[in-house]
Amino acid sequence: MSAKGQSEVKVVRSTTWSAGTGCHGGCGVELHVRDGRLLKVEGIAEHPYNLGTLCPRALALREYVHAPDRLLHPLIRRGPRGTDTWQQATWDEALELVEQRMTGVRARYGAESTLFVQGTGRDVGGWLVMLAYNFGSPNWMQSLPGNSCYHPRLLSMKIAMGDYVVPDSSQFSGKRYDDPAWRVPECYLVWGQNAVATCNDGLHGHWIVHALKRGSKLVVIDPNYNWLASRAAIWLPVRPGTDGALALGMLNVIINEGLYDKAFVRDWTIGFDELRTRVQEYPLDKVSQITWVPADKIAAAARLYAAGRPSALQWGVPIDFAPEGLTVALAINALWSITGNVEKPGGMVVARPAYGVTSYPMSQAAIEAMYGDAMPREQFAKRIGADRYPIVRDLHWRAQPDAVIDQIFSGKPYPVKASFIAGTNFVVGAQDPRRWRRAFESLEFNVVVDLFMTPTAMALADVLLPSSSFAERDGVRAWWSPLTSQNRALRVGECRSDAEICFELARRFNTKFQYATLEELYRFYLKPSGIGLEEVREKGWILPRAGSRELPYARHERGLLRADGKPGFETPSGKIELASSRMKAWGYDPLPSYTEPQFSPVSTPALAAEYPLILNTGSRSIAFFHSEFRNIPSLRAMNPEPLAQIHPRTAAQYGIANGDWVWIENQFGRIKMRARYSLVHPRLVLTQHSWFYPERVREDADFSAYEANGNELIPGGLHSKTGFGGAQVKSLLCRIRKVEERAP
Amino acid sequence: MSARGLWIDVEFCTGCMACEAACRQEHDLGPTEYGIKVVEQVLNGGQTFNYVPIPTDLCDLCARRVQQEGKRPACVHHCMAMVMEYGPLDALIEHMARRPRSVMWSPKPRPPRRPYEDLPGTTGE
Ligand code: SF4
Ligand code: SF4
Repeated sequence: MSAKGQSEVKVVRSTTWSAGTGCHGGCGVELHVRDGRLLKVEGIAEHPYNLGTLCPRALALREYVHAPDRLLHPLIRRGPRGTDTWQQATWDEALELVEQRMTGVRARYGAESTLFVQGTGRDVGGWLVMLAYNFGSPNWMQSLPGNSCYHPRLLSMKIAMGDYVVPDSSQFSGKRYDDPAWRVPECYLVWGQNAVATCNDGLHGHWIVHALKRGSKLVVIDPNYNWLASRAAIWLPVRPGTDGALALGMLNVIINEGLYDKAFVRDWTIGFDELRTRVQEYPLDKVSQITWVPADKIAAAARLYAAGRPSALQWGVPIDFAPEGLTVALAINALWSITGNVEKPGGMVVARPAYGVTSYPMSQAAIEAMYGDAMPREQFAKRIGADRYPIVRDLHWRAQPDAVIDQIFSGKPYPVKASFIAGTNFVVGAQDPRRWRRAFESLEFNVVVDLFMTPTAMALADVLLPSSSFAERDGVRAWWSPLTSQNRALRVGECRSDAEICFELARRFNTKFQYATLEELYRFYLKPSGIGLEEVREKGWILPRAGSRELPYARHERGLLRADGKPGFETPSGKIELASSRMKAWGYDPLPSYTEPQFSPVSTPALAAEYPLILNTGSRSIAFFHSEFRNIPSLRAMNPEPLAQIHPRTAAQYGIANGDWVWIENQFGRIKMRARYSLVHPRLVLTQHSWFYPERVREDADFSAYEANGNELIPGGLHSKTGFGGAQVKSLLCRIRKVEERAP
Repeated sequence: MSARGLWIDVEFCTGCMACEAACRQEHDLGPTEYGIKVVEQVLNGGQTFNYVPIPTDLCDLCARRVQQEGKRPACVHHCMAMVMEYGPLDALIEHMARRPRSVMWSPKPRPPRRPYEDLPGTTGE
């Protein structure tokens, strides 16, 4: 105790992930606590991931953790769903009720009738899999049509290359930019991602800025003129949804001008001749007409990218949202492959979880290694979507969301009756949100796990369990490298971590559950590494060993990518498949092709006459992560209202001044946002996404879930034929008008 | 000891506002108080994405943190683009010569001025 009677400040080292920062995490932090209060968060300067830096959300963690509106106790619904009628319960009461209702549903309808639902790549994903497997349900899912967030891109890499690749920022080396083996990318192509406002999928967005500072030339493909576009050597403001045509046009230039890496193509790829034939269907004049980008700019970008020794490429979610997103992603795989950028310093490198540790399974194989015998084959075959989509049956590791919603309404081939919803606010965040809400309203029983009262909790929860931020939990993390630990710094109210909640329920659902404590389970996770839990906790992060399979470069030459130890890639042919044997076996086109969006000036010209602008939802703000953080005062102050970006010229045509409230409307509905002048493509309205007003969640009839929510304007049923990609989240049609002051 | 200041390479400042948030946390400021404020150049009503962070009257160059904890100022430490430096002004000026499109600040804290405080009927209570 110090002189003033206060306890000493305790400093706990941990790693960000999910609740607290919202993102996919990886940053090393020091958490300063005293007497159960978080005083401060400090980036760890020598941490190889964030190099000491932190984003405003991490730096507002105190406000988040101790927010006055946090849920602090389990709540049981006493009135009808949708009303603010809750009774505080003890954990025992709440878990007892969950167990009783869910096992009741299981006894009557089978375990498959219960869904386990997550949102984006949060640590809860790993826990939901564990829970689903121990409950006996194959139906673990992401709450997004077409699985259109990273999964089409992930699967494209699995299909074409057998592994996942990421741009090389020397992130797997402790020396980072000082590592002599690393090269600054000569060209950095950023495709559809405002990377300075976000950190995606294991890539810290500002690593791209660090490369620019070191001399990378930037190509930006984005209809939004953003920070990156403003610093780009070449900016291609592509018509939303036409990324597939653009990729094929760039491949056309690179192949026809002989700019590809001939030796790499010869030694490490198959299907080049078929690809060459296919890209002849995409000459630049045609591609320019489709994409609205001048042909000479496309050619210049393709040449700059192909000339880079090396070139890096970072891609964003618009690729998934393009019609047939999976095939668009396959075309981009071909771009980095034929230019020989694979497994090169500063190019694209294979990413694998450090030391083979799975804390968040990213493949069915990883799940089976963890919980393999927990689910009999015939039960696994009931995964929703497996009958309709061969990729769900053979390759992917989750139920297909659009098929799930259909099945809830149809009850065929079997009824869906209950759900366990954690780390997702899909009543706001799913496209066609009212249909998603109706679907889940029809279930007998819903559990929601969250930190705050969300529209999803208000609309659907029968039991609402209070979860914790990352500062309040222990864990290990290997996405990708280094291997890191999360160490609990404090507890808040009665909140429990997702790990604790799912662990306790898994024990209740499965009498043969093997683990007595979470620590035992963490030790099991760490088994492949041969590293002890104490060691990871103490060190905080552990980089891969020199010479290990998790370290680049040229692993395909050294036999480090295939399970059989032979050189090459983990694909059926052992090569990068520019024409995919797996796509062919499933009955799909083995080569990339272009599909026009279902609603567009080209597909539906009459509709476009009525709605002449293109609606692109989902622009990112660094203050938020999807629908989160509007309730955190300092972050809300950075972006107090929902913004719709519009070109000043276009705005003038509609008599809209900078800062006016505007209606954005199309054939599916209308939403209200604040107009913000910016240099987006003049035919575009670019809106922030997943807005709701937390201050009105408990009062408004619709929990304020729809008023400023772009998903209101997006119908269901626009997902890709493969089940992966689509949804037109960024390419529908709309018009705008000023909100009149005294609107009725 | 020569006077110290901040240098910022605004060419690569992304406007991420981590400096604002880091300063707010370090100095326990309220949600709308700033020790440094990121300002964007605006041309013809449109965004330029050229940002300039400006220290306010609250900036004390993190005196306690720098002197007692031996750390860099909170904004410099956390800047996501890693474009801020803290040091003696004569060293920072060399950065300016090397990197055009950069700025230097020589902050000095002073208590908040409340010019209307004494005037009757203006306290807003
Ligand atoms: S030096 Fe310290 S006080 Fe000054 S702006 Fe940076 S964080 Fe704030
Ligand atoms: S933290 Fe750095 S990059 Fe971000 S706004 Fe401040 S000075 Fe600019």
